[in-house]
Amino acid sequence: MNDMTTLTKPRVETVLKDWETDQEVRWCPGCGDYAILKAVQRTLPQLGADPKNTVFVSGIGCSSRFPYYVESYGFHTIHGRAPAVATGVKLANPELDVWIVTGDGDGLSIGGNHTMHILRRNLDCQILLFNNEIYGLTKGQYSPTSREGTRSPSTPAGSIDHPAKPAAFALGSGARFIARAYDVARQLPDVLTAAYNHKGAAFVEIFQNCIVYNKDVFADFTEKKNADDGQLWLENGRPMLFSKGSKGIALDREALALKVVDVVDGDWAGAGVIVHDVTNRSVAHMLVEMPFGAFPMALGVVYDDPIASFEQAVVAQNAQLAKGKMPDLQKLVGQGQTWTVSAREETDAADAGSAGSGPEL
Amino acid sequence: MASAASSPTAPLITDDTVPDAVVVRFAGDSGDGMQLTGGQFTLSTALAGNDLATFPDFPAEIRAPQGTLFGVSAFQINFGSSDITTAGDAPDILIAMNPAALKTNVSDLKAGGLIIADSGEFSERNLVKAKYDHNPLEDNSLSRWQLLAFDISALTLESVKPFGLGNKEALRCKNMWTLGLALWLFDRDRQPIIDWLHAKFAKTPELAEANIAALNAGHAYGETAELAVPVKQLHLPPAPAQEGLYRTVTGAEAISLGLVAGAQLAGLPMFFGGYPITPASAILHHLSRLKEYDVTTFQAEDEIAAIASAIGASYAGSLGITSSSGPGIALKGEAMGLAIMTELPLVIVNSQRGGPSTGLPTKTEQSDLYQAVYGRNGDAPMPVIAARSPADAFDVAIEAVRIAIQYMTPVMILTDGYIANAAEPWKVPDMSAYEPFKATFLDHVPEGGLKPYARNEKLARPWIKPGTPDLMHRIGGIEKEVNTGHINYGPANHQAMTELRRDKVLGIAKGLTQDIAIGEARGKLAVVGWGSTFGPIHQAVRRVRRKGHDVAHIHIRHIWPLPENLGELLKGYDQILVPEMNTGQLKTLLRDQYLVDAKPLNKISGQPFRIAEIEAAIEGMLA
Repeated sequence: MNDMTTLTKPRVETVLKDWETDQEVRWCPGCGDYAILKAVQRTLPQLGADPKNTVFVSGIGCSSRFPYYVESYGFHTIHGRAPAVATGVKLANPELDVWIVTGDGDGLSIGGNHTMHILRRNLDCQILLFNNEIYGLTKGQYSPTSREGTRSPSTPAGSIDHPAKPAAFALGSGARFIARAYDVARQLPDVLTAAYNHKGAAFVEIFQNCIVYNKDVFADFTEKKNADDGQLWLENGRPMLFSKGSKGIALDREALALKVVDVVDGDWAGAGVIVHDVTNRSVAHMLVEMPFGAFPMALGVVYDDPIASFEQAVVAQNAQLAKGKMPDLQKLVGQGQTWTVSAREETDAADAGSAGSGPEL
Repeated sequence: MASAASSPTAPLITDDTVPDAVVVRFAGDSGDGMQLTGGQFTLSTALAGNDLATFPDFPAEIRAPQGTLFGVSAFQINFGSSDITTAGDAPDILIAMNPAALKTNVSDLKAGGLIIADSGEFSERNLVKAKYDHNPLEDNSLSRWQLLAFDISALTLESVKPFGLGNKEALRCKNMWTLGLALWLFDRDRQPIIDWLHAKFAKTPELAEANIAALNAGHAYGETAELAVPVKQLHLPPAPAQEGLYRTVTGAEAISLGLVAGAQLAGLPMFFGGYPITPASAILHHLSRLKEYDVTTFQAEDEIAAIASAIGASYAGSLGITSSSGPGIALKGEAMGLAIMTELPLVIVNSQRGGPSTGLPTKTEQSDLYQAVYGRNGDAPMPVIAARSPADAFDVAIEAVRIAIQYMTPVMILTDGYIANAAEPWKVPDMSAYEPFKATFLDHVPEGGLKPYARNEKLARPWIKPGTPDLMHRIGGIEKEVNTGHINYGPANHQAMTELRRDKVLGIAKGLTQDIAIGEARGKLAVVGWGSTFGPIHQAVRRVRRKGHDVAHIHIRHIWPLPENLGELLKGYDQILVPEMNTGQLKTLLRDQYLVDAKPLNKISGQPFRIAEIEAAIEGMLA
């Protein structure tokens, strides 16, 4: 799918164990983060990733403890700023595989600005946003993705503000890869693999169950009994079917919006069900905006259409600007219009050679 | 400089003696190109071999409404045949391009000084905008000074007529006409300016020719016209200077060059993360043109991202640098703490400006010393060093890089708006004389296993680049365990780590010796300064010493940690005076560290000290 990718890096053979650290994992028992950690540790060997070239960068929050538990290089930074730190890491060494782990508070509230800019610049990295619609580490306040009316210590009468939609925000910021999954989904490794193979910023929203402060908030589609009707798993080139193929997503041409249609006897084409094209940005916008309830939750790779990544462009421009110029510190400090004071304390005229480059006043 | 400021009347007028130094101020509307005029006059002065110092003073507004008092932009230059270290106290000559420029600047002019004014701009409308009831050129209110008023606008229009420019474009050549007159006044060669105009307007040769015609016309006017007051041409002999190659340099240029030199001496690629802010942006501009020196510049989305990206780059093995000014530095505070906690090298340049909050964006102040030394959460020790002049900023930048790498710590450089924008002659350094300080990275598992927070003799931890086999480890802002760097909240561990961080930074003072700029190691009074007050303090101390007083000048580069011998040195004086462009921040630091009775002399007007102000304070203390 990803035509621009030139994966020249040698595959490194590892197993799950190689990606586990000696640190005790300190999430609450039953936290969805455990499942995500395992999925990542299971996926990395499949990718042929090299622990020494892998860097996990995080901000602050429950999710951001992640780097301590992955046997690679890791940087647990400050609240909201992981994308900015990661940008410096990747620009300094474009060879590194950079993963950013963030949460709904870290990545969309205090760090929303950086999330927007890393996506529009298209830095080659994977951004895993664990969305649990709550502040966990600070003990349960509502977050920017909490639904209206969320009761929390800071909103005892229910929250008033409208929630942010992470995937829609990312797409609006110019992201070229959008995917969605949830913590215990068996498809999560496939989603992570697609994100890794995308050259550029890959944004993955992972619905995560905070069992202490926001338990089962996604049960409407993650619970086994709700999965068939609640989950639409997108696959490139495949029709958008759910409910065991009995329903599909079609375009309402009158309203220029998506609609749910019934599929009879497997005739999805006849029902007008859309074939998923991961490069279709217009449909991607509609998929991430589908209101849950009337529609299933769109999961999997929603959008994947790579363009040149930021660090590649920076490296190319730097090389172009430096081309043919020999670094010469002595020449550099003596640039501009110069003059010479001779031993007899008399001045000569401006040095003609350096005067050519013009004064830099 | 001294004689210019102390002579009772201005030179140039009838007086036959050639002054030692002259102060000229160009003032006009912010659209009149006064900074450009001043810059080119500075270049011409440097080429004539005079020593010089400049003070650009411009409004915060990009283009304030034309002709208004707050839209006035000025450029002052002090130049002469002897050592010049300040932009001068009172100007000898004021060139006023409109009534507002005259009104806001004339009171600074030395008695008997010369006003050159463009009478063509003294229209009813402009007089009202400058809040003049009467035309000052006609009502005798300027009788304390010599006045030379003529219609520069009309003369400029006349001189550029052949080039067929529109009226507005033609009038833009006024500044070159004025520069031509100034070049005549000081017997200067026009050719370097002509070359510069050709280069500047290479794509629009008709503009180059028009500006050159205006320049020549201004020059010819001085030579041929019967000027209303008997102004004579002045030739100031070159200042005695050490043999060698010279250039002019602004603080922003010198910092940029010093950072590049520092990175090269350390053998590191440089990563500069910046966000536009006055007056620090010039550093980002300079560095973005030096890619062949393994420099990557990144204009971040905000101040926090600028420093955070620099920290990320340092983590990955580059020399991370960020730069800002007061309000931006405040935003970077939390990230500085991260760099302190993760013990990564980082250079933070703070071009101070008037504060608090947005304060005075284009005016100078030294009021971020507390912020630099103390301004972070937790016990967060960080080295701070200050440049005293534009040229000094070069060595200060190299020193900051050296400390950052050798001690694995963020370092803050303090300059200010005055240093960043002002220019002075700079003897081009011999780069082979600089000792390299190659950065080293841990590249193998040491005996006893990997300990990311092990310490060397300087208490620095190893620098480990991601990508190195077998050295994978995790760092972050949470308290680290001694040696291993694992998370550890333990009480004894926090005490130990806090003390280690403190001691590491204090250790930088070992071997730092405070020198005495002028005077003896013991005496009646030491004037202690830091940063851009060097010039006026130096001249004031010299003047008072010439009168026979026992005064020394001590100027501190290493603000934190302070040099090892400073306490003992200060105790050798009966009195200590600390002039600062703030309400007494170094004074407080010195009192706290050494229990000495340091007395403040404070100026918080957004303008540099005048020599006379410091001189008076010294004499007051000695009386």
